[in-house]
Amino acid sequence: MDAELNLVDNEAHVRAEEFSVFYGEHEAVRRINMSIPAKQVSAIIGPSGCGKSTFLRAINRMNDLIPGCHARGRLIFDRRNIYGNDIDVAVLRGCIGMVFQKPNPFPKSIYDNVAYGPRLHGSYRKSDLDMIVEESLTKAALWDEVKDRLNKNALGLSGGQAQRLCLARALAVKPEILLMDEPTSALDPKATARIEELIVELRGSYTIAIVTHNMQQATRVSDVTAFFYEGDLVEFGKTDQLFTRPVEKRTEDYITGRFG
Amino acid sequence: MRLSTRKLLDKSFTFCAVMAVVVLTAFLIFVLAPIFVRGCGAYVFRGTVEYRRMMLDQFGRGDEVALAREIALAQTARQPVYSAVTAFEAELKQMPAARRREMRPLFKVVREGLELLLGPEPGKPLPTLPRMLYGQTRWDGARRHLKHVLYEVQWDYSDDDDGVRVLAPRKPFFAGTALEPIFDLLENDLDRMLNPRLTFYGRFLTDKSVDAHFFGGIGPEVMGTIYLALTAMLIAVPLGVVAAIYFQEYAEGGAVMTFLRSCVNTLAGVPSIVFGLFGLAFFINTIKVSQGKSVLAGALTLALLVLPTVIRASEEAIAAVPRAYKEGALALGAGQWRTVLTIILPAALPGILTGVVISMGRAAGETAPIIFTAAVSVGKLSRPLKMLFRDTPALSWNLYNICTEHEAVDRIRHVQYGMALTLVVLVLALNLVAILIRARVSKRLKG
Repeated sequence: MDAELNLVDNEAHVRAEEFSVFYGEHEAVRRINMSIPAKQVSAIIGPSGCGKSTFLRAINRMNDLIPGCHARGRLIFDRRNIYGNDIDVAVLRGCIGMVFQKPNPFPKSIYDNVAYGPRLHGSYRKSDLDMIVEESLTKAALWDEVKDRLNKNALGLSGGQAQRLCLARALAVKPEILLMDEPTSALDPKATARIEELIVELRGSYTIAIVTHNMQQATRVSDVTAFFYEGDLVEFGKTDQLFTRPVEKRTEDYITGRFG
Repeated sequence: MRLSTRKLLDKSFTFCAVMAVVVLTAFLIFVLAPIFVRGCGAYVFRGTVEYRRMMLDQFGRGDEVALAREIALAQTARQPVYSAVTAFEAELKQMPAARRREMRPLFKVVREGLELLLGPEPGKPLPTLPRMLYGQTRWDGARRHLKHVLYEVQWDYSDDDDGVRVLAPRKPFFAGTALEPIFDLLENDLDRMLNPRLTFYGRFLTDKSVDAHFFGGIGPEVMGTIYLALTAMLIAVPLGVVAAIYFQEYAEGGAVMTFLRSCVNTLAGVPSIVFGLFGLAFFINTIKVSQGKSVLAGALTLALLVLPTVIRASEEAIAAVPRAYKEGALALGAGQWRTVLTIILPAALPGILTGVVISMGRAAGETAPIIFTAAVSVGKLSRPLKMLFRDTPALSWNLYNICTEHEAVDRIRHVQYGMALTLVVLVLALNLVAILIRARVSKRLKG
């Protein structure tokens, strides 16, 4: 495993050390060592079932929902083990936001969707909430489209708008890290392009980890890329390097389309 | 299989389905139409002067002056009948003993019939029971009763062992006496004697009953039913919804859960009379929620009865909430309770409400559970909180009661049908409300 990246100028925001995730007996992610650099975009690629989503969902412990799923090894965030006993999962998830594969706005108004997170984590005055909502929606490039119908139900938005709303909802909690689990796989090319633009804009303010099936997307948006295969982290490096001069044979086979 | 065979099969299946729907509809009409038509008879009917007299006496409604004039008019029309009766009484005394013995019982029947038809004879001491104070208050009842006065029921066994019912006119019995003309008078002049008029009795729904449903309305029954159903739901809904949340969101599999679930399902299959006996044994005799039958005891029993339905409907509604909503909330750092309260319950609300209202209809209509725990045949209204610890009449049970145990089942058919109609409409209205709420809530949810 030569994938430990040289992080001289990039502080590691999340670091996996011999980290494994099990579904019952099955080891879905196998003894991973990698660092997700702060304020950069990390892409995780690999064929279906390679454990990339499992790893991503381990970072904010969404895997807790799956019965029989447990982890081994260490996943360090903020000098503490994410799977340690002293972690308050609700606080952790407040620091590590997530955008899902399919847009999942709540069946509430657009305003209430964005305000949901802030309301959870503290009591805000109405004017503060208004500000957070506007700020988050602006960051997600949705403000202009919805500012006149904030009280309309969010289920009336198009797929691309809904996904941006979910992004705004995640941003409203003011997370440090954003996890994206194939955020564009349910969207059309135009909506996909807008999300990708947003990711590039958010880079530098947030640490972003994005799982994607689409290798072009990885090259477009990410600074570093990790290639997972059957639960192993095969290769991890700077994106341009990994896609042009892969070290591992399996990486080369995958990115040239020989399998996957 | 050949194509033609398959088409034939398809067609016959379609035919069967259509027939099933047709039969179902016909059956529904067949059941509901008589209830509706005859039930409306309790609200809209041709009321006689006796009805207006009763209304003024018992409820203080109506125009006293106009009524006095009406009564005077009716009295004029009746006068020849009463004169004939008086004359015949005198004649009876002059008769030879044998003939008198023969005539007296016949006369007695006619006289009693007259009292039921027109009310007590003027000049005689008034009876104590309200039911004896008035003649026929409804024109349909008067027409029916007139037959009993005019004809005698006889059985003709001439050519059959079973016998045939025949109506024999009474008039020939009294041929040549002073009583003879009253039969023609009654037949031709009854509408002047009773003055029927189309009456709308909307307050049938809210009036108390007079003398065990001989007159008046079904107000205490309606209120009792509403109290029972509402209280039952107030108990069953919080319990059921919380249980459903636990089953769906908290409980992990395992033997205990499987056992609990099958307990709930078994509860749904227990006959309702068993619930009634359990309610008596447990709520009244063991933990003594009240001295005897009470709305509270009945509502607790009904709540137990509908609990499985509420739980199952809520569970289904909760299970139908997309997982993605829950994940979204959890990913924002919401705790489990918070997720349930702010995301899952609102999204499941339409489904839960549907289950609740269906259960409420069931609670309103159930009879057996309240026989021993809440229902009595006569009751009066009081404030809701006081009501909670008192027994009460209720539509379902009192319908059964006045159809089977009333002393004059035949005379109060209109009340029976009126009660049935009211119960059906009440349950239908509840369901309608549910549909409306559901439509509004899901519209709000869908945007």
